[in-house]
Amino acid sequence: MEILWVSPDPMTVRQVGDCLTDRDLAHTTVMTVLDRLAKKGFVRRQRAGRAWRYRPAETREAYVAELMLTALDQTGDRQAALTRFARSVSGAEAEALRVALEALSGGGGD
Amino acid sequence: MSAAVYLLGAVAIGCVPAAHLLASASWPRRSPAVAIALWQAIGLGWGVATVGALAGVGAAGLDGRAGIGLSSVAGAAARAARLLLGTDSAAARRWDVLTGLRVLSLTTGILLLTLLCWILLAAVAAVLRARHRQRALLGLLAHDDPKVPGALVVDHPAAAAYCVPGLRSAIVISAGALDLLDQAELAAVLAHERAHLRARHDLVLLPFTALLRAFRWCAVAQEANREVALLVEMMADDRARRLLPARELATALLRVGASGGGAAPTGALAIAGGPATAASVSTGSKARLDGELAARVTRLLRPPPGLPVIAVMLLGTIAALLVVAPAVALLLPL
Repeated sequence: MEILWVSPDPMTVRQVGDCLTDRDLAHTTVMTVLDRLAKKGFVRRQRAGRAWRYRPAETREAYVAELMLTALDQTGDRQAALTRFARSVSGAEAEALRVALEALSGGGGD
Repeated sequence: MSAAVYLLGAVAIGCVPAAHLLASASWPRRSPAVAIALWQAIGLGWGVATVGALAGVGAAGLDGRAGIGLSSVAGAAARAARLLLGTDSAAARRWDVLTGLRVLSLTTGILLLTLLCWILLAAVAAVLRARHRQRALLGLLAHDDPKVPGALVVDHPAAAAYCVPGLRSAIVISAGALDLLDQAELAAVLAHERAHLRARHDLVLLPFTALLRAFRWCAVAQEANREVALLVEMMADDRARRLLPARELATALLRVGASGGGAAPTGALAIAGGPATAASVSTGSKARLDGELAARVTRLLRPPPGLPVIAVMLLGTIAALLVVAPAVALLLPL
């Protein structure tokens, strides 16, 4: 997946395999992995002659953003799906927290 | 109507002021587990009593037998269907206002029961879908980091730490949080998240979130959801405090809480969620959230004494009665 994200053009299974020289993977293994990613919707594929060419469905940044949006969502819809450590606040409230933090850190040295 | 119907009605109506009282009480911070049990009892008791009372009012008139057991409700439902279809051969009972109200009450009760079961199933399905998507994305994006053994790291500048509960659970820490917190604070965060996973706090939250999805406009549902979410966090804080110093957990809470706003790349969030979602993220009711954070920090630094045994026993008895009394009233002919 990392290789597809870095590549500017859609890649064939052979090309992806060539980039994974350090892993020494069989051609069919790479094909299976790409096929599975395509089924899950993470990569799109198109015919190029006799081979499939694969490209990512979304950029890496878009997926990270989706992941974090779910995590940072404060509307409560997904409350039961994930359990957050703490929600972020902003403005005067955040300032109050910072003051409290400084008082706390000052006591024991941070 | 029998005494059982009055009892069910009293429980159904009484649960609402009881929930308000519980939401505004201060003792739940001293014993979150007891308070959560009471919330669950109120929720379950309310559901059983309301459905039972509605069905009982209808059944009492439509079915000849006394009591509002299952067979009686089924008999009344069959009778109501015959009345509605006009095939009641007895013809002794003519349509009047009272019969109409009873059929309406019975129908409402059965519909409410169906609705409650449905929203729970829908919530379970939504939660499983969201977690499945999270795991798939994490499989693509996340990597390990020696600073947080056992957790997954996602490269994002906003500070976030959360867990994906389930059979294949995961703790996720953002790169932003990794930079923000020192080693001891990270350990405290991990202990807190592990406590969530081990105690399956997500299962505690699920019914309340489901109820809120269906009754979003309802103040009691909002209160219940907010309180239970906070109590669950406090339970995990307590668990982490037993293993590690409370101070690190408190500073970690403050740091993550204060890191919001400017640090979060709202543009990136908008790409994934669209402007509407991004707007709802930024306009959440911050003052209340801050209140919750402050309450958790205060509680960590100056832990309140636990409730006395007698109070725990008393509250436990109330919780048990809330569930047992409506069930008994439903099943036993009184």
